[in-house]
Amino acid sequence: MIRGVDWGQRLEMAAAWLLAFLWAAPLLYAAWAAFHPMDFVSRFDLTAPLTLDNFRSAWKVAPFARYFLNTFMLVCMTLTGQLILCTLAAYAFARFEFPGKDIAFILVLVQIMIMPDVLIVQNYLTTSRLGLVDTILGIGLPYMGSAFGIFLLRQAFKQVPRELEDAARVEGAGWFSILLKVYVPLARPTYLAYGLVSVSYHWNNFLWPVVITNSTTTRPLTVGLSIFGAPESGVNFSVISAGTLLAVSPLLIAFLLFQRQFVQSFMRSGIK
Amino acid sequence: MYLNSKTARWVYAWLLLLPAAVLMVAFTHFPIVGGFFLSFFSTARQGRPSKFVGLDNYTYMLNDPVFWQVLGNNFLYALGTIPVSVCLALLMAVWVNGRLAGRAIVRTSYFTPTILPMIAVANIWLFFYTPQIGLLDKIRSLFGLASHSWLGDPGTALACLMVLAIWKDAGFFMIFYLAALQGISPELEEAAVIEGAGRWYFFRRVTLPLLMPTTLFVVVNATINSFKLVDHIFILTKGGPDNATSLLLYYIYEVAFSFWDTAYASTLTVVLLVILGGLAVTQFAYIEKRVHYQ
Repeated sequence: MIRGVDWGQRLEMAAAWLLAFLWAAPLLYAAWAAFHPMDFVSRFDLTAPLTLDNFRSAWKVAPFARYFLNTFMLVCMTLTGQLILCTLAAYAFARFEFPGKDIAFILVLVQIMIMPDVLIVQNYLTTSRLGLVDTILGIGLPYMGSAFGIFLLRQAFKQVPRELEDAARVEGAGWFSILLKVYVPLARPTYLAYGLVSVSYHWNNFLWPVVITNSTTTRPLTVGLSIFGAPESGVNFSVISAGTLLAVSPLLIAFLLFQRQFVQSFMRSGIK
Repeated sequence: MYLNSKTARWVYAWLLLLPAAVLMVAFTHFPIVGGFFLSFFSTARQGRPSKFVGLDNYTYMLNDPVFWQVLGNNFLYALGTIPVSVCLALLMAVWVNGRLAGRAIVRTSYFTPTILPMIAVANIWLFFYTPQIGLLDKIRSLFGLASHSWLGDPGTALACLMVLAIWKDAGFFMIFYLAALQGISPELEEAAVIEGAGRWYFFRRVTLPLLMPTTLFVVVNATINSFKLVDHIFILTKGGPDNATSLLLYYIYEVAFSFWDTAYASTLTVVLLVILGGLAVTQFAYIEKRVHYQ
């Protein structure tokens, strides 16, 4: 626009900023409440004293250290399982012809749409038959055969030029070393994208963990947070905010540092 | 290891596939089939083993007022959240894609709710909605309005959940629009400017149609989400008051793990799967298209 002041554009800019403020407000507000005494929870006084007491009480009221450990183990275990199993399966789909391939692939697509999240009733029965109720493995196991991971890696492997594979074979590489030396390194961006999406998904997942866990030694952060934040717990809002910030901070900080990778990973993955 | 014979390659491929396939079948396909099967049986209770009851569970479901209420809630919830969050997502994407001062900060702000756990944000929002001491009532009291039990009133409780869901999802959907917008050739806009087309006209006649596949993708995903994500109910309302905020999956959870009626929960799951299956068909049509054009 050549005309000096474009009021329409200014108005739009103001609206964009207002919306950004509204979207950031809940988290900023939680931070305000967490770092100030309870008296200032809805009094916005810039001279209010800062305090870490809420974090101390939150840490004391709930076994956060244990919840962190549980979530950390859950996320690592699930991701490791997913990466290994999906790599192998994706390789089969991308580079082999075998009877039943089409049917197998349709079955993979079924799981992309109907994730284990909605099958809590039957999966609870299965997990209890396996004796895995209230174990961290029990939380992660249903997600390890991830159709979504297979789908993404298959796409990535298919884009690897055949010539590279042929060259490796001429040098005497077998199928498995071709997978490890040619396909896996070239699919690195896909691994990163899938890893970030998987970690954020399982860090945040709640429904299945709440169904399958019932003790402090297995509960991930989200489940611990739901008990801690319940009105029955009698904890005040400042302490709840502090606990909530504690629980989200690792992922939130990682996101703020590696924002581009996060956004691109979610974009690339298409489906959360 | 050289695998030259055809059979050896088949075996090798199936061995690669096997570990993932076993887990997928065990936790996805078997539960789908098993749940369908179980919906024709009664739940085993003390002293009474499970027995075949035909369509009894389905008859019970059709006469269960809570089922109808929950289903109605879920459609209302989908209808109330999806159009708003998709429109906001588009608006956000257009703004963030344009020349906006402080673009990076605005984009971060829009996207951040996406990576936070629903449970955590529900904890924060619970306080907003708390009567009297909550932030919403504090703001209202500035204008002399009376306090209101937002989550305790069946008339406003579901709307409270919807607002939270919109806030949580809009930024996630934004990134898909952003990707699509960045794929639109700038020459189109240049040409339109030369032709004298206004910004709004260009958006309506060129941008919007080009974004149609993205919109379809986003809408289907938003619909799936509205049937799949019920975490916030656990914190905010537990389905109450009087089931006014219970959604289908939350009701399934209650029936299965509070009332321990596995057979009826399986019957309800069949309904949920039929809904998700219908959405899946729409989605696959789209994925296929995308794969072909790549």
